[in-house]
Amino acid sequence: MNFDFSEEQQFIRDQARNFLNQECTTATVRAVLDNATGFDQPLWQKIVALGWTAMAIPECHGGLGLGYLELCVIAEELGRALAPVPFSSSVYLATEAIKSWGSEAQKQHYLPKLAAGELIGTLATNEGLGAQSVVSQVRGDKLTAQKLPVPDGDIADFAVVTARDGHGHVRLYLASLTEEGIQRETLSSMDPSRSQARIVLHDVPVQALGDTAAGEPELAQLLDRAAVLLAFEQIGGCQAAMEKGIAYTKQRYAFGRPIASFQAIKHKFADMYVALELARSNAYYGACALAGDAPDLPLAAATARVSASDAFYLISKENIQAHGGMGFTWEFDCHLYYRRAQLLSGVIGTQPQWKEQIAHNLLQTA
Amino acid sequence: MDFQDTPELAAFRSEVKIWLDANATRRTDKRHIGMEGDAPFREAKAWYKKKSDAGFACLTWPKEYGGAGLTSVHEVVWQQEVENYLTRDSQFVIGIGNCGPAIMHFANEEAKRELLPRMASAEDVWCQLFSEPCAGSDVAGLRTRAERDGDNWKINGQKIWTSGAQYSDYGVVLTRSDPTVSKYRGLTMFMIDMRQSGVEVRPIKQMDGGQHFNEVFFNDAIVPDAYRLGEVGGGWTGALTVLMSERLAISGIQPTGFPQFLDLVKSLELNGRPIAEDPIVRERLATWYSQYAGLQAANKRMITAVAKGGIAGAEASLGKLVGAVMNQEIANFVCQLLGPAGVIQDDTLSPERAHFQQSVMFAPGVRLAGGTDEVMRNILAEQVLGLPQEPRADKGIAFQDIPTGPA
Repeated sequence: MNFDFSEEQQFIRDQARNFLNQECTTATVRAVLDNATGFDQPLWQKIVALGWTAMAIPECHGGLGLGYLELCVIAEELGRALAPVPFSSSVYLATEAIKSWGSEAQKQHYLPKLAAGELIGTLATNEGLGAQSVVSQVRGDKLTAQKLPVPDGDIADFAVVTARDGHGHVRLYLASLTEEGIQRETLSSMDPSRSQARIVLHDVPVQALGDTAAGEPELAQLLDRAAVLLAFEQIGGCQAAMEKGIAYTKQRYAFGRPIASFQAIKHKFADMYVALELARSNAYYGACALAGDAPDLPLAAATARVSASDAFYLISKENIQAHGGMGFTWEFDCHLYYRRAQLLSGVIGTQPQWKEQIAHNLLQTA
Repeated sequence: MDFQDTPELAAFRSEVKIWLDANATRRTDKRHIGMEGDAPFREAKAWYKKKSDAGFACLTWPKEYGGAGLTSVHEVVWQQEVENYLTRDSQFVIGIGNCGPAIMHFANEEAKRELLPRMASAEDVWCQLFSEPCAGSDVAGLRTRAERDGDNWKINGQKIWTSGAQYSDYGVVLTRSDPTVSKYRGLTMFMIDMRQSGVEVRPIKQMDGGQHFNEVFFNDAIVPDAYRLGEVGGGWTGALTVLMSERLAISGIQPTGFPQFLDLVKSLELNGRPIAEDPIVRERLATWYSQYAGLQAANKRMITAVAKGGIAGAEASLGKLVGAVMNQEIANFVCQLLGPAGVIQDDTLSPERAHFQQSVMFAPGVRLAGGTDEVMRNILAEQVLGLPQEPRADKGIAFQDIPTGPA
């Protein structure tokens, strides 16, 4: 048994961390937050140049042909840096969908461009408040629908869209977002460093994903895989927020001593550490299931996601608390982690949905 | 990342399975088997003798001390397999898991060769004598005196919360040999013969009615200097070895209550409806599962680190802390779920032979034993995260001058 990343994967991690330390400070994140630019284009281009968007794409389609474990390592570092780029939407969702279920023609068209960063993709499933329930329907290869929120929907070039086919079954379709008949607007959200959009499609031509049109089982599998990768982004964010809190409380004095020496503060950090270790361990297990395409991926992925969302919420809120009043200011970075925790626990479905997936998987064999 | 055994380990696993099939009964449920009383004690001794004869006792110990000379990864394989059988395999975890490593580190060669093989086969049973009525979380504040008397030491004082003292032939005892120096420098550790007239064991009746722990009184108990573990005044170093081994020993076996909860959710109907359909039950099940699965996976990470030559450090406190709290919360939730009948603790009326009611009553002890929740949090914060210690009133002065409460 070897339940850790390999030396090569650790090397990729170190490289990624060094790069992001240089190129993506919290000032980078704030620039996107303050100016509502949706994402940091120069940073995105550098990330593309490093080959991260090409990582898990097979070589025959213009990628590097590496595996999911390498992608997990990158995800953790992107999460740690709060990177304001559409990586999760384009790589974990759009690229994965086409790579897994696209027709050969679709793969040849999209994958090299996704690898090269010439296209940004996303997944558009939501249609307003509540969990996913798709009402929009494709008629004659054209779709009229309103999708919101769509992560990175205002900057993506195309989307994998859910809609019902002529038989009322939910299917995945490919839709260009630069066509006539598409309106999109950036929505106001809790974390503007990763944008969310409303997309209105009016009689827009769409193409079924794959020769037989991927449907709900494929969507579920896509979300399971993304859940593991997003869990790594979340634990990266947890680690960074906790480290900042520790550094702050060690140098902040009250009553003549560092506040980190008070048990009230120490126990808070111990609880954060516990939540993070559980989340990290579940994410590692999820990574194993993902890389090995294991039959227990639905349970492993849901577990990784639930515990990562719990941990990031806990750590980002208690980090503010440990900072005291300064933690509540715009100037301090605490809110950046708190915002990102909210955002990441929202994309691809919130806690009730994933907890139900755990319960369902534990009880179905009863 | 993978869960594959190496060929050598796979061979060992199959050897273990074959032997267990021939020598133990397979488990059919997740029920805990009782540890208290004379009959289980005798069964456990017989089991240890059998596995020692077969060469499966104390796998990581050197052969000359009664072990198998294998690695901690072999030990993990054994644990994984033996869990599937009804055995009393963890009965002597304190002696073998805590006292064993201390003896291995600090005893002289003659004592090691004499005592360790008998410990490994459970021919001799050992207990650990650290806690005192006035020294719990602050165990270095202990007062049991050790005074030099020629080639011997004379021990006087009282220990408490000693598991298995009534069955023990020997103990590892931490004493104060010099109250005139600072508290951590005046401690000395010994092996002690428990079957002597100067040692008196009295059981403690716990709040749940059970009697797992004891008080131990020393009245001029005698220990030869050859039984000293480490330097005079160097007892704290030895104690840390024991305490770290303890956390490691219990972190893997810390009950969480989750497997029993899952069984209950799968089987129980209330008001004519399976509780598995109750959204509140499903939500709790998922939340606790995410913690339970996290502990299992964290344990695999720890094993990987150990297999690569690292040491399991303070991180082992995680399993103790999370498991103990979850165990109490699950038991309380189930009792609430049962309605007014939840308070009934009756083997014939309560589900799972009153396992959850028993857990409610025993859980407070689990959160205290082997390091309280609060001590675990301090360890994680200070030793793992590097947060500073509290300012203290007992530093830089002799033990005898440290302020204490009324006697």
